[in-house]
Amino acid sequence: MKILLVDDSKMMRNIQKTMLATLGSVEFSEAEDGVQALSVLGANTGAFQLILIDWNMPNMDGITLVKRIRMTDKTTPLMMVTTEAEKGRVMEAIKAGVNNYAIKPFTSEALLEKVKQTLKIAA
Amino acid sequence: MQAQVTNPPQQKMSSKLILPFVNSTMNVFTTMAKITPVIATPHLKEDSHATYDVSGIIGFSGDIIGSVVVSFQLATASYLVNALMGMPVDTKSSDFNDAIGEIANMIAGNAKKDLGLVASIGIPTVVIGSGHTIGRLSGVPCVVIPCHTSAGDFAVEVNIKPNK
Repeated sequence: MKILLVDDSKMMRNIQKTMLATLGSVEFSEAEDGVQALSVLGANTGAFQLILIDWNMPNMDGITLVKRIRMTDKTTPLMMVTTEAEKGRVMEAIKAGVNNYAIKPFTSEALLEKVKQTLKIAA
Repeated sequence: MQAQVTNPPQQKMSSKLILPFVNSTMNVFTTMAKITPVIATPHLKEDSHATYDVSGIIGFSGDIIGSVVVSFQLATASYLVNALMGMPVDTKSSDFNDAIGEIANMIAGNAKKDLGLVASIGIPTVVIGSGHTIGRLSGVPCVVIPCHTSAGDFAVEVNIKPNK
């Protein structure tokens, strides 16, 4: 499975990699913001089985990235991973096209459960 | 927790603006680092110096304005960052700064939903160095939430107000 992690925090990307490594055979790619993510995606169209996206990032935030991805890719599972927990924000992300939403901070059990849910929803 | 902090009679900070940060601090550290901080009684801070030497600063905008600072003793910050990263991190590295910023982001972001108003938080800024000062909102109390861990102390400094 190939997963793209998009978060301006290297610590958060490391934490996600550690937690999700228990899924088994996983290959991770990383991006620090939406601009970098689009560059990674542009070179690897359709290559990822899951993309985890932070909301607040410099250069291009997560919501903008989600909208840009969904302009051409309606199927790759997208999960927002963020501190933005208000109902309005969640609805905004779902409307933009994410399949699921995880709130920081999270345990590894909670993140894994959300990822499994996301893959199921998108299937 | 009943926490109405007063100083000169005309200055008050509602516990509604403080308790979410107490709760989010506990939530972030127990969930992500498996460390349970002991939260001491909040108090007002009069001067502009950060409590400790390593500060993660998050600005608020929208219906709430101001800033929140998560301030650590260097050794405490190093311990917590190493625990979160799962490996030793040089305190002079950009990875260390990034980790401090993300901790501040999670504490502020987690508290935001319980403040009862619509607000946005900015990208964190990290300042490291003894005796650094931080600009505060004029006329708005700065409430310090002292936190003790087995790895040392840190503090969450809350300097926010509703934006009428």
